[in-house]
Amino acid sequence: MRSSRLGMTEGVSRQFSKEKSLELFSKICRCRDFEKNAAKAYDEKLIQRIPLYLSLGQESVSVGLSMALPEAKQFGQHRCHDIYICWGGNLRTLRDELLGLLTGCAGGMGGSASIHSPTAGMFGHDGLMGTQIPIAVGYALGSGNVTIAIMGDASAEEGYVLGAIGEAASKKAPILFVCYDNNLSILTEISARRSWSMVDEARAKKIPAIDITDDPWLVMHYANKFKNDLPAFINVRTCRELWHAGTGCDGPPEWNRYKLVKKEMATLGLEKEVETIEKTTQEYIDSIWNERRH
Amino acid sequence: MNCAETIREITRKHLTENNGVALGQCLSAVGWVGGTVPELKGHPNLVELSMDDTCSSGLAVGYALAGRRPIFICRYQGFMHFNQAFFTNYAAKAKEMWRYKVPVFIRAIAMEGGIGPVAGSSHHGMITRMPGISVCAPMTPGEYRQVWDWFMEHDSPLYVSEHRRSFPIDHEMPDRIHNRPAITLFAISATRINAIEAANKLEEEGIKCNIINLLWLKTFSPTPMMLLALNNSKHGGLVLDTDFENGYSKCIAYELTHATDKKVRVLGLEERTAGFAPHLDNLPPSPEKIVNFVKNIINK
Repeated sequence: MRSSRLGMTEGVSRQFSKEKSLELFSKICRCRDFEKNAAKAYDEKLIQRIPLYLSLGQESVSVGLSMALPEAKQFGQHRCHDIYICWGGNLRTLRDELLGLLTGCAGGMGGSASIHSPTAGMFGHDGLMGTQIPIAVGYALGSGNVTIAIMGDASAEEGYVLGAIGEAASKKAPILFVCYDNNLSILTEISARRSWSMVDEARAKKIPAIDITDDPWLVMHYANKFKNDLPAFINVRTCRELWHAGTGCDGPPEWNRYKLVKKEMATLGLEKEVETIEKTTQEYIDSIWNERRH
Repeated sequence: MNCAETIREITRKHLTENNGVALGQCLSAVGWVGGTVPELKGHPNLVELSMDDTCSSGLAVGYALAGRRPIFICRYQGFMHFNQAFFTNYAAKAKEMWRYKVPVFIRAIAMEGGIGPVAGSSHHGMITRMPGISVCAPMTPGEYRQVWDWFMEHDSPLYVSEHRRSFPIDHEMPDRIHNRPAITLFAISATRINAIEAANKLEEEGIKCNIINLLWLKTFSPTPMMLLALNNSKHGGLVLDTDFENGYSKCIAYELTHATDKKVRVLGLEERTAGFAPHLDNLPPSPEKIVNFVKNIINK
């Protein structure tokens, strides 16, 4: 079931303009370069004491969602740097938060796991797995704002997550649920934890739902499709590159979405632009981190 | 108006004039939560929740983040064991974490016995331990209006430990202070009613008792009047609680003891699980129990 092609629609990238694809790739690079710099700072002990939850490898999902729903309010969980960055959170205040500085986006209170950005419409997470889902549903119902509620495949199993999805269904909340499914709770696979799927759960509650791979154009396609029929649920199969916390690595991921995106960009005739974006983004993000190294 | 009618009219105004919202389970069931919920069936701001106790408080927190100042109604205070997580772990912390305003008015309703191991009596003690949330226990219409006004003037969550015995009360309950009392009773929630009865019985026997009604449990700040009354009490003080006595009432007793040179003791629910059979119930201290406890202190 898990694969780099799950649910793929042929030619989905061509549904979008070249400008959109370039923006998409630029966001991916922004996330990845930020995370690589954060990992480096962690290994250098510039980031101290906090558990670091890096998004490296799953950023294509947040990129696709943010491009389909740029105005949506976001409720993420502990692994949320990519959400923050994709919706336009200030990179320097995120950097400072990871460094434990008062100038951080949560004044040092948030660390890596409980960041937020009022300007980007991103709410903070309290550290209990899955609590963002009921809160997001209440927010969506109370405000009427389109809201994205992001969970992992482990937190999706919390009873209050399932109950909140039911409330969203019953009361027609304007909310898109997205599960970043890497098949693991730390290192325990889904098959060891449950016999059911989140997509079946959502459909049982009469919510439109789809199970797809982490191709950013595909994610954007379905987010666009569902945004006028909320609530809805998207389960996205992802491959994170590093450990649950910290910078350790257990070898290459099942598939490398970044490489696949670059390949797709080449088929769109955007090879040169890709090179330029990679170089300029890396320089820009490196310079932001280097401000705190000197 | 009695207390139930006061709660109902505050709620009605909040829903119909402030675009506020009230959430809870079975709100429109028979009795409308003891007559405390306005009969606005179908009103968009009166939200009937599913019976999932684990997610409901999260929904309320979300409504608060959306600026709706929700009233969250929990019909049995024992159900707060599941319902409190989002209030204590998110709403209470959000101001310090992110400077969020998360004003939720949490109506947690206690009753007195007859309902077995879970739902009877008060459970405000488990809420008080978390920083960032205020806790009160109003028993009169005036006190209820006071805590509502406080809520509307502040941006933090407020846990209102209600008791069904307050609902028919239509008068205020002033403190009772003597010049040279034997003891000062600090009464929380519905223990006030038993405290009055106990004090009357003791007075018939020549034992004068102060009664100080504790509206605000947290933050608890002993007032000069409390300290003066306690210092004037020959045998110290006694905190009376509708929650387990090995809980927050001991924190209050600690504060009072350290603020004076008087011993302050505690009477509340006993350290055991209540059963359904009448003889296995675990009730707040009865007037007789208070009378005997005070006499024992005096006779020591």
